[in-house]
Amino acid sequence: MPEPTNPLARPEQDHFFASLDSAVLGDVDVVDESAAPTSLWQDAWRELRHRVLFWASAAIILLVIVVAVAPQLFTSVDPQYCLLSDSLGAPGPGHPFGFDKLGCDVYARVIYGARASVAVGVLTTLIVTLLGATVGAVAGAYGGWFDSLLSRVTDIFFAIPLVLAAVTVMSIFRSSRTILTVVLVLGVFGWPQIARITRGAVMSVKNAEFVTAAKALGVSKPATIVKHLIPNALAPIIVTATVSLGTFIVAEATLSFLGIGLPPNVVSWGHDISQAQRQLRTMPSLIFYPSGALALTVLGFIMMGDAVRDALDPKARKR
Amino acid sequence: MVRYLGRRLLQALPVFFGATLLIYFMVFALPGDPILALGGDRGISDALAAQLREKYNLDKPFMVQYLLFLKGILTGDFGTTFSGRPVGQLIAQAFPVTFKLAMMALLFEAVFGIVFGLIAGMKKGGWFDSSVLVVSLFVIAVPTFVIGFVLQFVVGVKWGLLPVTVGSDVTVKSLLMPAIVLGAVSFAYILRLTRTSVSENLSADFVRTATAKGLGRPRVVTVHVLRNSLIPVVTYLGADLGALMGGAIVTEGIFNIHGVGGTLYLAIQQGHAPTVVSFTTILVIVYIVANLGVDLLYAVLDPRIRYA
Repeated sequence: MPEPTNPLARPEQDHFFASLDSAVLGDVDVVDESAAPTSLWQDAWRELRHRVLFWASAAIILLVIVVAVAPQLFTSVDPQYCLLSDSLGAPGPGHPFGFDKLGCDVYARVIYGARASVAVGVLTTLIVTLLGATVGAVAGAYGGWFDSLLSRVTDIFFAIPLVLAAVTVMSIFRSSRTILTVVLVLGVFGWPQIARITRGAVMSVKNAEFVTAAKALGVSKPATIVKHLIPNALAPIIVTATVSLGTFIVAEATLSFLGIGLPPNVVSWGHDISQAQRQLRTMPSLIFYPSGALALTVLGFIMMGDAVRDALDPKARKR
Repeated sequence: MVRYLGRRLLQALPVFFGATLLIYFMVFALPGDPILALGGDRGISDALAAQLREKYNLDKPFMVQYLLFLKGILTGDFGTTFSGRPVGQLIAQAFPVTFKLAMMALLFEAVFGIVFGLIAGMKKGGWFDSSVLVVSLFVIAVPTFVIGFVLQFVVGVKWGLLPVTVGSDVTVKSLLMPAIVLGAVSFAYILRLTRTSVSENLSADFVRTATAKGLGRPRVVTVHVLRNSLIPVVTYLGADLGALMGGAIVTEGIFNIHGVGGTLYLAIQQGHAPTVVSFTTILVIVYIVANLGVDLLYAVLDPRIRYA
């Protein structure tokens, strides 16, 4: 009695593989069955541990955060204590970067300026990620007219240039600007990018078997979104959020440069750069220190985003 | 194709109305009374203030103001500024300059970004790739205005190679440096985008097939690798045109260019809604049209994409 034939079984395959030089295949078909299956995050971490880029950016980020939280560890000079007699003074003992036009210590201002930039970057990214991921996930999961509505709203915020919107809103808060207003403005107009990315990622796994299984088991839609859809969209969200953290810091500096960002009594790199620009011809080093600190911080976050992206993307891995 | 175009234009309508309404509301919410500000320290008589409010529709509720403004736009009347100049005149003056600047920036970032990205992506990990990647990271990390000031100081003032500011002399030569500064960040993004895309496509099946068919390396690289790698790049470029025109405020300030950015900044400070919203409206239309153009370009780059 003949065995029932499975149309999917392909006995020729063995023959096909046998004719190939095993050296060409390399270790592709060697699967270690005994090893426990690793998750995407475990794989990524194993990859990250060996990357110089990751450790370098982690060191920069850690340093900037420590400086932002405890600036008094790095300098005992008050950044707001300025003597006009020190105006544009050269570097000396205790004042390694010299003095600016108003006679403030540049080193102290660079150290204390970290707090405003990091606060704006972290808080804005938090708002943008929460808002964007929620809108994107809901739009992608529900689909239909609800998706169309949310996508059009996303388009509206995308179509208005960020700097333009920020200038207008910051002018509304002309007299009462704080770090929070800057965060709010950048947050309200910065979320569409994450929303689009989340929506795309959610849509790509929406019809996967495990989602259908969850539905068949009676898991409610909101629970499916939180437990199954968002975790699968997490990788692109984290990468985008890390990189945008850097760009929000630049955006804050741009607003402060235009004179409508943080108020002058907040020590910030953007404000110091715009002041130093007036002395560019007489004392170019003044613009170098705050913009160098800003660039290093932004660089740290962008490199971290890059490293994490490479680690999460199996295609980009080099073996 | 026609149906696709129609559907896309229909989708653009809510974006157009939503964006203009939002901007109009934000300018409406600006603190201070623009009419009283006109009088300065001497003040303004109640009768004159009332007359001016009526003239600029400021006495009407918010929605009525917005609808009257829309009606004006649709009939080609953009209103007048507080100093009596027609907004249409401002538009005709500012937009050609900024458009020229943005197009030059777009050309710069597209050509250099794609060429450098292609060379870097072909040999990922090589010395060219590594050095170009470091440069692109620095360009993204250093704020545009710092790049602008340093370039202006070094190239313009110290070496005297290019004009320091633009002013009323809007030529290709005087716009060259501002265009490079404006396009610098996008150049870095396009470079990285092209690099990733090219190195991914290099190991694609169709590239191996093309090489196996016996095609020469130049043809494989330009026709098979590059053409397929351009889709994300073109998407970015399309979205960038609007961003470049609206984001030129900083660059125009540094190089004293009388374009959209400077005019907008002044109008926002004065709280003059019709100017701000008219300019934004045009920027939004540029954004919508550029994105639509990009979507239509996809079919040229990738014949598998059809519009139904």
